[in-house]
Amino acid sequence: MSDAILVSGLRKTFGTTTALDGLDLTVSTGEVHGFLGPNGSGKSTTIRILLGLLRADGGTAQVLGADPWTDVETLHRRLAYVPGDVTMWPNLTGGEVIDFLGRLRGGLDQAKRDALLERFDLDPTKKGRAYSKGNRQKVALVAALASDVDLLLLDEPTAGLDPLMERVFRDCIDEVRADGRTVLLSSHILSEVEALCDRVSIIKDGRTVESGSLTQLRHLTRTSLSAVLDRPATAADLSALHGLHDVVIEGDRLTGSVDTERIGPVLDALGAHGIRALTCQAPTLEELFLRSYQS
Amino acid sequence: MSAYTGTTELLRLAWRRDRVLVPLGILAIAGMAVSSAKATLALYPTAESMGGAISEIFASPAAVALYGPIGNPTSPDSLAVVKMTMMGAVFLSLFGYAVVRRHTRSEEEAGRLELLGSGVVGRRAPLAAAVVLATGAVLITCLLTALGYIGLGMQSAGSVAFASGWAASALAFVGITAVAAQLSSTSRSCAGLAGGAIGAAFLLRSIGDSQATLSWLSWISPLGWSTQSAAYGANRSWVALLGVAVLVAGVIGSFALLDRRDLGAGLLAGRRGSAHAPASLSSPVGLAWRLGRPGFLGWLAGFVVGGLVVGGLAKSATDLIKDPGIADMLRKMGGGEGLLEDVYLTTEIGFISVIAAAFGIVVALRLRSEEVAGHTEQVLAGATTRSRVLASHTVIGLLGSAVLMLVLGGVIGVVDAAAGGSAGVGRLLASAAAHVPAVWVCIALAVCAYAWLPRIAAGVAWGALAVFLTVGEFGGLLGLPGWLIDLAPFTHSPRMPVEPFSLPPVVGLLAVAAALLAAAYAGFRRRDIG
Repeated sequence: MSDAILVSGLRKTFGTTTALDGLDLTVSTGEVHGFLGPNGSGKSTTIRILLGLLRADGGTAQVLGADPWTDVETLHRRLAYVPGDVTMWPNLTGGEVIDFLGRLRGGLDQAKRDALLERFDLDPTKKGRAYSKGNRQKVALVAALASDVDLLLLDEPTAGLDPLMERVFRDCIDEVRADGRTVLLSSHILSEVEALCDRVSIIKDGRTVESGSLTQLRHLTRTSLSAVLDRPATAADLSALHGLHDVVIEGDRLTGSVDTERIGPVLDALGAHGIRALTCQAPTLEELFLRSYQS
Repeated sequence: MSAYTGTTELLRLAWRRDRVLVPLGILAIAGMAVSSAKATLALYPTAESMGGAISEIFASPAAVALYGPIGNPTSPDSLAVVKMTMMGAVFLSLFGYAVVRRHTRSEEEAGRLELLGSGVVGRRAPLAAAVVLATGAVLITCLLTALGYIGLGMQSAGSVAFASGWAASALAFVGITAVAAQLSSTSRSCAGLAGGAIGAAFLLRSIGDSQATLSWLSWISPLGWSTQSAAYGANRSWVALLGVAVLVAGVIGSFALLDRRDLGAGLLAGRRGSAHAPASLSSPVGLAWRLGRPGFLGWLAGFVVGGLVVGGLAKSATDLIKDPGIADMLRKMGGGEGLLEDVYLTTEIGFISVIAAAFGIVVALRLRSEEVAGHTEQVLAGATTRSRVLASHTVIGLLGSAVLMLVLGGVIGVVDAAAGGSAGVGRLLASAAAHVPAVWVCIALAVCAYAWLPRIAAGVAWGALAVFLTVGEFGGLLGLPGWLIDLAPFTHSPRMPVEPFSLPPVVGLLAVAAALLAAAYAGFRRRDIG
């Protein structure tokens, strides 16, 4: 089995609102897959369908080779979930919640649990109502990471964590990957996605707009370019040139953006004008996301 | 910025949220009061035409313990309201309490007060708005009821006294809830404190009203003020001032507490707990028991006390009624022959079974609050099934209510036997057990409502219980058709020990409960969670 999650054409409506409109998502076994999209684009709805909490109106979804709606019990022994907004039972302690959620999944590794509590610097004796948002998040993370499962579904798991804990989280995910387990990570923290994810899927309005490795996605985006030329080019010189966009010429300085696969030919053409200075900047992740989110 | 800045805006917000709930509560309580009085007056236009029936029932301390003393045995107006006085006072007090809690501790627990608190809102404004809304709701209910009674042609001064009694009780609990909301650090413990206060007040006045030597207990209980207003008799309208005094004291006290605590905290601080879960906490039902245990123990204590009171009064209640005419009438009321003591105990156990149903509904509706809080999602993400999640709180409700009833029957039996009564522990246990199937129907209905209509489950469950209670208590009085009265499950409970055990109604009730639970599972299996 090669794909841990295989979703195609997933649809879900709530009354008159369409939450998912033919969403596709493929997560290969053993990869950390980033799941990105603006607020309200359907990330949590997708995850909740994958958990069998919501029933899809159309399309197919397979998780670890099973149907998430019908094979709940056997499937959930093999996965763990961290919700975006962790709520705790006010009168249960963090330790009790960790044990309870772990046992529901068929047991958890005590040694791992204790080590994780240590690493995340979490006091398990406090009652649920006394935890801050970040600490509630840690409770859910410890419960999920201490279980020996094949798949982790994480819905913005680090939204409330401080940078130190964010680092611990990244180390934990790296270890999960080293174990050959699979992670679906929904996140808005781009540096986290860049550091952790093998591949990403970007969704918007309930549809997948981009999917692939970060290198592939970068390739689809333009590189920004700024050059100082000996012989100033005119707009007419450049109009025949494919792949160069948003050109602004101010004296001997030319700025614009280039389709990444057309950098070579464009530079050749500019070379004819005598390049004195040149900066080329690969698209930042932020630009990549903004372009996908806004398109 | 004063501590009250924003009160008007918050009041408007509260009204916007409650624009259905509050008017509905007002109309339900006032409507029930006026319609039951109207029906009674239509049946018995003069005190003489009642043949003294009602007044003689009220010679029984048991009835007085339940309903309170009669304001004026010679006035038909007084007789028309006597059944409604205490029940309405309890409902109205619960109403006032619910409104205050809803807009104070519940909001704070949900984190919404924090959001508001960051705006231009004074520290005391949220509590002030909640108290104003609750006070307004209580006063309008009282006013509408008084106007309704006067409209029926009942004596004006008495109608005002009646409404004043209600206002005294309910306003006091508005003040008490305001304090409870500051003391507790969760909505649930606020409910425990305020609900416990209402229960204690009922107990105090039921002892005070039924034992002449202890009548002062009725005066220290806010619920006692409703009957002490002696409507259509002494007309002590001034009891309203007692309620106002408690309200003012409560509000001043709660403001003082509020000024001394942090947002989100209570004065009763949270404690630390165990770092590991006990072995019992490893399944949905284990979780349900863990969450429901403190509440259940509270109810259990209440049922033990209730059993002590009912059992303790049984002997004296029946000793007092020596008159063969009254005895005959009570038998007719009880619907059967048998010892007078049995008739009394049958009525009490039947009435308390409604309270056991209320316990079960509280537990069953926890399914909904768990889902709203996002907890159900976390549990279902584990390797469990929908049926186990649905069964979790349902099982606690069903078994818990059965235990409550059996404990009640046992305690009544033991106390009665100790006092020289003749009811017998075994017979009372059997009687309590015979009432359990009807209780289960109410709980199963709540679970079914949760599965199919989660948003309005609470309204459906409580509404059904209110209808069952009203139909059972007032059905005959209101001249409702038989089929409507038959809708109430409690009507079908075998009236043991007055009547012998009868299998068909018990089997029928169990079948209805089972069908409702099966329907609940069918609905819960296929719906979205959250």
